[in-house]
Amino acid sequence: MSEIAEKVKEIIVEKLGVDESEVTNDANFTNDLGADSLDTVELIMEFESAFDIEIPDDQAENISTVGEAVAHIEKAKA
Amino acid sequence: MELKRVVVTGMGALTPIGNNWKEYTENLIKGVSGAQKITRFDASKFKTQFACEIKNYDPLDYFDKKEVRKYDRYSQYAMVAADEAIADSQLDLEKINLKRAGVILGVGLGGIDTFMDGVSNFAQGDGTPKFNPFFIPKMIGNIAGGLISIRHGLKGPNFTTTSACTSSANAIVDAVNYIRLGKADVIVTGGAEAPINETGVGGFNSMKAISTRNDDPKSASRPFDVDRDGFVIGEGAGILILEDYEHAKARGAKIYGEVAGVGINADAYHMTAPHPDGEGAKDVMLLAVEDAGMKPEEVDYINVHGTSTGLGDIAEPRAIKLAFGEHAYDLNISSTKSMTGHLLGGAGAIEAIASIYAVANDIVPPTINLDNLDPEIDDKLNFTPNEAQKRTVDVAISNTFGFGGHNASILFKKFKA
Repeated sequence: MSEIAEKVKEIIVEKLGVDESEVTNDANFTNDLGADSLDTVELIMEFESAFDIEIPDDQAENISTVGEAVAHIEKAKA
Repeated sequence: MELKRVVVTGMGALTPIGNNWKEYTENLIKGVSGAQKITRFDASKFKTQFACEIKNYDPLDYFDKKEVRKYDRYSQYAMVAADEAIADSQLDLEKINLKRAGVILGVGLGGIDTFMDGVSNFAQGDGTPKFNPFFIPKMIGNIAGGLISIRHGLKGPNFTTTSACTSSANAIVDAVNYIRLGKADVIVTGGAEAPINETGVGGFNSMKAISTRNDDPKSASRPFDVDRDGFVIGEGAGILILEDYEHAKARGAKIYGEVAGVGINADAYHMTAPHPDGEGAKDVMLLAVEDAGMKPEEVDYINVHGTSTGLGDIAEPRAIKLAFGEHAYDLNISSTKSMTGHLLGGAGAIEAIASIYAVANDIVPPTINLDNLDPEIDDKLNFTPNEAQKRTVDVAISNTFGFGGHNASILFKKFKA
């Protein structure tokens, strides 16, 4: 697993209070990890601050799984 | 329309001298002070460096990590005390009509920790707003009541009253009236506050409202004593389960006491100072007595507002003499803030519990640190100095007053079917 994926996982475990084993690539924030709309906004903000990137709202709407988040951040940092 | 009778069937408390209502009332009777050096933040540059903090409180004993992040401390306190009170009442939430079970809380400041953190974070940035999405819902003063309803599925009336230090007394008054009018069977009521942070202590310091007796915190809250120099900030929550008597009787509930009368009014005098003659305070006590259909001579104990401030501690005894005449000398009077400090929006709730305890057990908690009565106060009044006094307490009044000139008195009576 990449360093980015590790960090993303860590943030999700911390913010959503879920078990590490649940945070799979396909896990959906809302349907699988119990996030509500405010949790999702908070996650995106945390990714922005942890990786020092900007995720505009129209792009944030397309990030709904762990894998999508990792892919977006990897692309932004590339 | 005949009004319903309202009884107390459950209690919960998270206070600087006890993390449940039994421990709290035991320590009230023992005369324990909850004051100590502030641990919550570095107060070394503050004029006041002590407060009455909650002790041995780990939020993870009550909430999971995700909840702890989302709930301001004031909400946590309210929820912990509500959990205790609901359990104590032995209400079966599977059986009662949840649409007739409400939550009415009183909160003075609300989530000022959350507010301070959010604003400091913004101020330290470059002007780009980066507010956490929970900033507003975590901070607002009514969220504790909302969270309690969600936690227990209570779908009846739900709102929060705010009147500074009178807030939770106002909440109890409203809860009583909703039940009396038949609008609810059960109401979880009381209040909470978590004001011990830089803004709370700094703000009250600027007003010269709080004690600066840093060398001896435990003796700092000394209502009616000549050497008092301000109140001591406290934190925590008190919750009562108020219930329609017929509803309580039908389920065989234990009953701690009856809320027989309530009074509310305003001084219409000054932002923060009480009326010097205690006019509003006199009237509000008589309103509660009248509302209960009783006579002033029937009152045994007054749990006073008595904050340990210069003006308030002079005005309230005057008001008691005006309201009760010669009977004032037969009353027991005490300020339990001498032990708990001042819980602001939560004060009315924990002092209601102290009053109910007195009625249920025929014992009056003391005013501690009362070594030399202020010579401006009538020394024939019995302030229950330093030691609890056993006596028959059929009727107790709890007084609560707040910045803005808000006054509330609640009359508790021994329950007789």
